[in-house]
Amino acid sequence: MSLSFDIALSFPEFALKVAAELPTRGLTVLFGPSGSGKSSLLRVLAGLERGATGRVAFGAETWQDGRRFLPPHRRGVGYVFQDARLFPHLDVAGNLDYAARRARRRGAQPDLAGVSAALGLGPLMARAVPQLSGGQRQRVAIARALLSCPRVLLMDEPLSSLDAPARAEILPHIEALRDAAGVPILYVTHSAAELARLADRVMILQGGRVRREGPVAEVLSDPDAIPALGVREAGAVLPATLSSHTDDGLSVLSISGGELVLPRVDARPGARLRVRIHAHEVIVARTRPEALSALNILPVTVTQLRLGEGPGAAVQLRLGEDLILARITRRSAQALDLAPGVECYAILKSVAVAQGDVGGFGGE
Amino acid sequence: MPDLGVDLGPVWLTLKLAGLVALMLVALATPLAWWLAHTRARVRPVIEAITALPLVLPPTVLGFYILVLFAPDTPLGGFWVRATGSTLTFSFTGLVLASMLYSLPFAVQPLQAAFEAVGRAPLEAAATLGAGPRDAFLSVAAPMALRGYLTALVLSFAHTVGEFGVVLMVGGNIPGKTRVLSIAIYEHVETLDYAGAQTLSAGLLVFSFAVLLMVYTLNRRAPGRALR
Repeated sequence: MSLSFDIALSFPEFALKVAAELPTRGLTVLFGPSGSGKSSLLRVLAGLERGATGRVAFGAETWQDGRRFLPPHRRGVGYVFQDARLFPHLDVAGNLDYAARRARRRGAQPDLAGVSAALGLGPLMARAVPQLSGGQRQRVAIARALLSCPRVLLMDEPLSSLDAPARAEILPHIEALRDAAGVPILYVTHSAAELARLADRVMILQGGRVRREGPVAEVLSDPDAIPALGVREAGAVLPATLSSHTDDGLSVLSISGGELVLPRVDARPGARLRVRIHAHEVIVARTRPEALSALNILPVTVTQLRLGEGPGAAVQLRLGEDLILARITRRSAQALDLAPGVECYAILKSVAVAQGDVGGFGGE
Repeated sequence: MPDLGVDLGPVWLTLKLAGLVALMLVALATPLAWWLAHTRARVRPVIEAITALPLVLPPTVLGFYILVLFAPDTPLGGFWVRATGSTLTFSFTGLVLASMLYSLPFAVQPLQAAFEAVGRAPLEAAATLGAGPRDAFLSVAAPMALRGYLTALVLSFAHTVGEFGVVLMVGGNIPGKTRVLSIAIYEHVETLDYAGAQTLSAGLLVFSFAVLLMVYTLNRRAPGRALR
């Protein structure tokens, strides 16, 4: 099964033209700067843009082609809007029931108790919509979309209107949704942090066109994808397993290329995690440095070198079975004589950790 | 019922007329207001201007054209005579139709404003939750536009109560059929019965104030103002 589309939509100052085939499992992030067309693409897939031309098909079912247009209420998509769009004339329970009742009419079996428990909505049920905080609103909106028993869940920047604490409140719920693997998710964001934390696959949009599409580990470790992601945000994600906690407040994670020692990670030994290594947090050395305060020094092999427009250079390094990126200067690259095949050491200044697995190479 | 020294027949006739007109008008104005609120068609300002005409036209002009339209030798008037055996002019039915045209903007404008305040966003949300257009209108748009509906009902009722020129042109002054409150007051004054005119006028004054007070109170509570 897949969601395939080849669509075009024109606006006065901008044209969206995108073709792709996305697997209907896991979480795919549509990534790009604002105005790149990612939200418009989501609206086209949901059937909310009547002006879109081209073809959209879900598995064997055609949602639209030149002649037919399946209206949004028949597509079975759940949509979480940036601004939640809860119905103000209904309370929280009423909003959830609105979705569940219509799902039952189609013969689906929404799990009202399960979904509201998973999103922690029990105490909010009788609340009126204006009394909810931004984070609570978005949790209700996610629950409401899930209760419509969608075949695909479309999430349009669900965190961008929230402050940091509210984002931290919602993110684990989205991770849990992704890992429950019940519904495939298309997730729009311009935040590289959300991309690194949530994506199995990523599709990078720029100016209404697809710049890059593929499994997240592959795209995020590709030096050519750095300009599209932004230099500050570039960095690989790789899968890790928590091996142990130490007595002095650190945690040891095992990755394919060795071990990472990090400040205490809040997870049990055996937990599968994803770690994100920012390209600008990596230092490259030709010999193993001695007497250095850094805890994580790992042997790596240079696989690619990409010289940028300015003084910068991006180096792709093989770390065990994974690839990471380092952002260094062109001068250092020349001084170290870096070239594909050269063995060296990566010194990691810091590593970010999140729950869950990483979509691997080849995606499967 | 205390004897006020005046014939209260016109009062009941007026209430019946205004009630009927308000209900039918709000029902019929809904699709028009919906279309005006959502269309991007170029003819929209034209339709809006036509809808607002009764606000600025002298009632006699409106009444004159309605009279012409209702005449038995026109398609509409002729059809009515063949179907019912009586003319539309100088009948209660004719008065209802004329009043609906006369009060049209008072139903359309609050509804249009309310639908515009609701916007497309909640309807899109409803659609992605599996609600078809009719379902989404009844379950989301109409409840969210409730204050607009109340305003439209009250204003078209009140405006119909207060009409004079159109009624005089189209309905005349037939007791029990077309002699409404405003005509009756005119009649009392014409016959120098100032006491009767006073009773009815004071009643109408108090009624009108109460209605407007109600509308403005509703509007104060409403997030999107329904009266423009």
